[in-house]
This record gives sequence, C-alpha cells and structure tokens, in this order.
Amino acid sequence: MGKLAKSPWLLHYDGSSCNGCDIEVLACLTPVYDIERFGIFNTGDPFQADILLITGGINSQSESVVKQIYSQMPDPKVVVAVGICACTGGVFKSCYNIKGGADTVIPVDVYVPGCAARPQAIIDGVVQALEILRKKQENREIAALPKAAGKA
Amino acid sequence: MIQVVSVVGYLVLAPFLGALLDGADRIVSARMQGRKGPPLLQPFYDLAKLFSKQMLAVNNAQLFLNLSYLVFLAVAGCMLFAGADILMSLFILSTADMFLVMAAASDSSPYSSMGASREMLQMMAYEPMTLLLAVGFYLATGSFHVGDIIEMPVSPILMLPGVLVGFFFITAIKLRKSPFDLSTSHHAHQEMVKGITTEMAGPTLAIMNIAEYYEMILMLGVMALFFLNSSWWSWPVAIAACLLLFFLETLWDNVSARVKWKTLLKSCWIVTLLAGGLNILILMLIR
Repeated sequence: MGKLAKSPWLLHYDGSSCNGCDIEVLACLTPVYDIERFGIFNTGDPFQADILLITGGINSQSESVVKQIYSQMPDPKVVVAVGICACTGGVFKSCYNIKGGADTVIPVDVYVPGCAARPQAIIDGVVQALEILRKKQENREIAALPKAAGKA
Repeated sequence: MIQVVSVVGYLVLAPFLGALLDGADRIVSARMQGRKGPPLLQPFYDLAKLFSKQMLAVNNAQLFLNLSYLVFLAVAGCMLFAGADILMSLFILSTADMFLVMAAASDSSPYSSMGASREMLQMMAYEPMTLLLAVGFYLATGSFHVGDIIEMPVSPILMLPGVLVGFFFITAIKLRKSPFDLSTSHHAHQEMVKGITTEMAGPTLAIMNIAEYYEMILMLGVMALFFLNSSWWSWPVAIAACLLLFFLETLWDNVSARVKWKTLLKSCWIVTLLAGGLNILILMLIR
C-alpha cells in the first residue's frame, strides 16, 4: 500500500441530501464499523482532506460551494459520490433546482449507489477510492520526475 | 558529554517517541470508546502522507512561521534535556507558541483567526502555572538549573504535590486534550473546522505535528523532573509516573466535553491559585 492508502482523511459534504446518507456516513465512525482502524479520519477541513464524500444531488446554491471545496483540496484527491442522489440526482433529478449528480459539477471517481447507501457500501467505495488515489499519486510522482532531473 | 548525548537524543528521538505515544493514545482512546482503533504506527503513516501531498499555502509566511514554531520548541526542549535553566526553557516555550499564533493569524480564514485568538486565551490560562512551576522548583531545590534539580537527595514531588496537580491541569491544554482543546482538536468534529490548523495543508501541517511531538516530550520531561533525584531508581519511577499521567490525560480527554473559554480561564486560574499557589505559600512558610 502507498503512503496515501494508509492514511486517507475524509471530508464529508452534504449537497442537498435528505440526511439519510449523512447519517450512514456518520455511522461509519461508530464502534460498529470504526473506519479509524484503516487510518481513515473524518476531518472537517478541505485543506487536509484526501477524499471528498458527497451526499445528495447538487442544486444551484450548493454548486459553487462544491466547486470551491474541491479546489481547496491539495492533490492528489478523489471524490466519492455517496447515495443515488449524489450519483445521478435520484428522485430529485427532475426538480427545477437540481442540476443532477455530483459529476455535473466536479469529476467523480467512485459512485456508491443506494438509498440510503449502507455503511458497508460506503466503506467499500472508500477502499476503491484508495486504489484510485494510489494511481493518482504514482502519476504525480512520474510527472514530477523530469522536472527534478532537469534541476539536477 | 552526557549533556550532548541527552540533547542529541532528544532532537532525534523526541519526534519518534511523540508519534509512538500519539499512536498509543489513539488506540487507548478508541478502546475507551469501544472501537478497535488505528494501528500503533498510524501517526507515522499520517506524517509520510502529509509530506507527499501537494504544497498548498495561502501565503509564504505560514511555512516559515511554522518552522520557527518547530525550531523554538526544539530549543526549549534541548535546554531542559541539557540540564540548563528551566525558567528559560519555559520562556522559550511560550515564544514558540507565539509563532504558531502568528502562523494561524497570517491568513484570512475566519476559522484560523478564531483559532489564533483562542490559542492566545489558552496561553493566558496556562502561563501563570508555568511560572509558578519554575518558582516551585527553585523553592524546593534552591536552583533553576535542571542539572541541579535532578541531583537532589529527595524527589521534588514530596514538596510540590500541588504544583504537579496544577501542571497536570495545564498539560491538558498543551497536549490539546478535552476539555481544553479550544483552538484545535484531535477529534473528528469541531465547531470551527480545525481552528489554528485550518489553512495548514500537507507539509506545513506535518511540520506542526512534529513540533507538537517535541512539545509532548518536553511536557513529559518536565513531569519527570518532579520524580527524579540523585538515586538511579528514580529514573524508572519517573518514566512510569509520566506514562501514568499521560494515560490519565487520555482518560480525562475521553470523559469530558469541550468547555467555553470563560470556564477555561476561570478553572485554570483557580487550580493554579489553589493547588500551585497554596503549595508555594506553604513551602515559603516552612522554609
């Protein structure tokens, strides 16, 4: 496992969720699921986060917030859309104020469907995100190589 | 020669020891909450990750100020472990904290600024006790020099039990433990994002974490001073006592909620006055 995969810090943002998925995300922290045993830590700070968990569809008011949070996260970073609303917009898809899933605003790496997504599914999604995170980290290191060689 | 070994040992080993203690602290905390908890080496994984992340900084000053925090803390710890003046070591410790406050105040985030002002409140709360601590050691042993303090025939704890209680109280602030983790917290949820560390990302945060480990070992070093005397067996006793006090801090962290700043100030000053002040008053009268 890479450096990132052993210590992924989560940031959880509620786009316009009904709070069902949010409660399931918080359930992952409880003694039953205890995601801290994987070194996963729920931080509230985009500057320190590696994985962005988005619940709920994106509406016209949360759009700018999601974009800003995403831009504040340092590379490498991955986005996990939790719940069917964050994946596609779900039952709210045709509402006048809903733009759709999280991928209408920012690039999404892992989709975790469900209404609400179960904690097991969320943990599974995060574990898949770790693999993507590791690849992104490798790509970053490869991209940094010619620069370092040029300096030397 | 022993001084050089002790200082180099502190500089090299303190971050490792601090990180290990932090890892143990996280496991013990998790067990207290009925969870399994992260691996023991988790703080090392966190540091390795933070150094591999993109350097994202809002200004150039923050990294420099954070490095100053690290250097000043290391200097304060070196003075203690070199057996130098404990008063000077504690003064440098407060100077170091000012750099952290400046680092947090240097950016425009409201959470960071709030963290900085709360950090200053915390300093106001614990500073009187650190001064009384140095005075207490002087009254008990007749010297401010750590080298002289550890050569006394009896441990200072016999004369300074109240000062140790006061120092235990403020160590909770310095280690950022509940109920006094106002400026930033190790726990998942906080009312103002991450307080002073809000705008610290990747390597900058890693430097701050390493500085915290230096500080942790420095605080435990001061705690050990209470138990050390000229006989060899006082050293294992001191280490055991430090570990016990650290465990008690963890326990306190897990059974209490965060307090408001007024409660912090009042409780700290009352404990400083009652435990530390009374202890020193009695010491002055009987001498």
